[in-house]
Amino acid sequence: MRDTISPEPLLQVRNLRKSFGIRGGLLGRVLAEVKAVNDISFEIGRGEVVGLVGESGSGKTTAGRTLLRLEEPTSGEIRFDGTDLTTLSADGMRRMRRRMQIIFQDPFASLNPREKVREILTHPLRLHGIGTASDRPDRAAELLEKVGLGRDSLDRFPHEFSGGQRQRIGIARALAVEPDFIVADEPVSALDVSIQAQVINLLDDLCDDLGLTMLFIAHDLGVVEHFCDRVIVMYLGRIVETGRSEDLYARPNHPYTQALLSAVPKPKPGRRRDRILLKGDIPSPIDPPSGCVFRSRCPMASAECAEIVPPLARVGAGHFSACIKTT
Amino acid sequence: MTMMQELPQGETAPASRHPLLVVRDLQTSFRTGGGGSVRAVDGVSFDLGPGETLAIVGESGSGKSVTSLSLMGLLPRESGRVTGGSMRLEGRELRDLPEAAMRDIRGQQIGMIFQEPMTSLNPVHTVGKQISEMVIRHRGLSKRAAMDRAVEMLDLVGIPEPRRRARNYPHQLSGGMRQRAMIAMALSCEPRILIADEPTTALDVTIQAQMLELMQDLQDRMGMAIVFITHDLGVVAEVADRVVVMYAGQVVESGTVHQIFEAPRMPYTGGLMNSIPRLDGAHRGQRLKAIRGTVPPLTELPAGCRFNPRCDHATDICRAAPPVLEEAGPGHLVRCARWRDITLDLMGTE
Ligand SMILES: Nc1ncnc2c1ncn2[C@@H]1O[C@H](COP(=O)(O)OP(=O)(O)OP(=O)(O)O)[C@@H](O)[C@H]1O
Ligand SMILES: Nc1ncnc2c1ncn2[C@@H]1O[C@H](COP(=O)(O)OP(=O)(O)OP(=O)(O)O)[C@@H](O)[C@H]1O
Ligand SMILES: [Mg+2]
Ligand SMILES: [Mg+2]
Repeated sequence: MRDTISPEPLLQVRNLRKSFGIRGGLLGRVLAEVKAVNDISFEIGRGEVVGLVGESGSGKTTAGRTLLRLEEPTSGEIRFDGTDLTTLSADGMRRMRRRMQIIFQDPFASLNPREKVREILTHPLRLHGIGTASDRPDRAAELLEKVGLGRDSLDRFPHEFSGGQRQRIGIARALAVEPDFIVADEPVSALDVSIQAQVINLLDDLCDDLGLTMLFIAHDLGVVEHFCDRVIVMYLGRIVETGRSEDLYARPNHPYTQALLSAVPKPKPGRRRDRILLKGDIPSPIDPPSGCVFRSRCPMASAECAEIVPPLARVGAGHFSACIKTT
Repeated sequence: MTMMQELPQGETAPASRHPLLVVRDLQTSFRTGGGGSVRAVDGVSFDLGPGETLAIVGESGSGKSVTSLSLMGLLPRESGRVTGGSMRLEGRELRDLPEAAMRDIRGQQIGMIFQEPMTSLNPVHTVGKQISEMVIRHRGLSKRAAMDRAVEMLDLVGIPEPRRRARNYPHQLSGGMRQRAMIAMALSCEPRILIADEPTTALDVTIQAQMLELMQDLQDRMGMAIVFITHDLGVVAEVADRVVVMYAGQVVESGTVHQIFEAPRMPYTGGLMNSIPRLDGAHRGQRLKAIRGTVPPLTELPAGCRFNPRCDHATDICRAAPPVLEEAGPGHLVRCARWRDITLDLMGTE
């Protein structure tokens, strides 16, 4: 655990929901609804780095974007440093964004190809009225240095950089306004392993040096264990388990977390015999199973799992799991 | 794969005794704009024994896919060409084989699966029709027998209600089922070799685990050899008998899965191992031992060893001349001028 952690939460999320309408037909009516984020609650302490993991479509990106109100929540409460973001005016939210930034997965798509790095990094400074026109480039150069790139990068375009370097530029851009909180949405997933390790080390150093609070979204459980103080596991829009990394990885409680961890290939020769193999695919989020959303693939499921949505129950210090069989 | 099972993994009889596929000094180049060319695969050699799984591992751009496309005669006709070396399938030279003969080999002798199932599946035909046409073409079965075979294959890969699913179009199948259908098609003519290029890379880990299990199960039953291309060392450790590590178009190390994972000799291989965050809790909070720098573009390769600018062990000899593959143990090849002098600092695997 990082020593900067204090118990006081920076972010408090209560019963957050985000649904998307699926439109179709001639009139473009809403035909169905995807409950991408379905009633999630959690807190992130100041200086804490929390991992958000789950398979494709589990709602990680939607959760991260809704937290920053890049998507409007369907319902629920998001408190940032005591302020409820869901009721904030557009102007109030714009000012709040200075304190909350996002880093995207795709270092190719997230940078404007027609802007030089100088513009990419001074833009957010101008937007938030930080510094003067003459000292902003210096500030941009400092940021580049922080992420391990030279001042000469200022006058180059994104296409002149490798994937890992572009991700560094994306990180520098997020850091430009000196945020307190960063949502990092799969920042290393598109990178080769050797480059991924460099970027993880960089993020690690930045979190330590700047005391950043971070929600780190990933599907790679190894990266999350390495880097995060605490982990939240999502499945089909819901949180199924959360706990401190050392507890959750050593003693996963939810059958889904257990299967997920056992599915990760280990760099140790030999065929795996101890693996929990789940049957079938992840169900469609348009029509999720009733009761526990995991029950259609769960090796332990029985009739009562269809009845109620299992609440998160305490299974250890700061460790919660949503399963009626194991809690 | 009955013979293989009696031997501990990684200590299979040397593939070279009766290799199915022998690749020697393969060179593949692409024409680039302005009349230049790049050599994407530069002197790759390996053997593949019957029923064996050979993993080719390396980072993006190292030449894994180009190696497999060269083998299958599927290089882009206008720009890519095998410019040197040989590829022998049971003694028969595949290089420069006419397209018609190559087409027979693909499907009949060599099956292929890719990362994206829709590169092999045709969206306008039912999966049953696609598989049965393949069987009709290569096996000369009647229409009805071929459809029965298609259903049998869909069943074998674990698709529920295979007879009904055979009448589905690819878009009517879930992602996992599509992946299975692609494997069913690739194996429908019982090829001796399956080439799988990143077959699980786009999948979630729980689905990947199902696919790896399925492929190993099918290999046990049908006995085909597999060339498994991936950048995921975890997957390699799980499926491979032997491993080829590629860097910038070359083989930099090869050996049994145990040699590669337990005693790698090439600093690049060691660096890759150290870059993986391990799920073991032992190293939490520690910095990863990242390899510095990036893979050089093929047009800007450094003099000497291609890895030298990123290598902690590099000295003048590494910059002076390109190293050759040397034997570091039985069947263990390493491309490093200094492998005898250095000890790699590996993070524990326990
Ligand atoms: N704008 C949108 N309109 C309709 N559906 C959406 C939209 N954005 C997301 N969804 C759906 O919401 C669900 C959750 O998607 P989300 O992108 O949040 O998942 P994720 O966990 O980030 O997945 P991945 O690992 O693939 O990035 C999915 O079923 C997705 O199809
Ligand atoms: N059609 C092509 N024309 C020109 N160059 C090509 C072509 N296809 C591949 N290359 C080049 O050949 C080299 C090897 O590419 P290859 O696709 O084999 O890499 P890979 O190891 O499969 O990487 P990845 O993990 O990204 O799939 C790369 O430098 C690539 O840019
Ligand atoms: Mg996402
Ligand atoms: Mg490839």
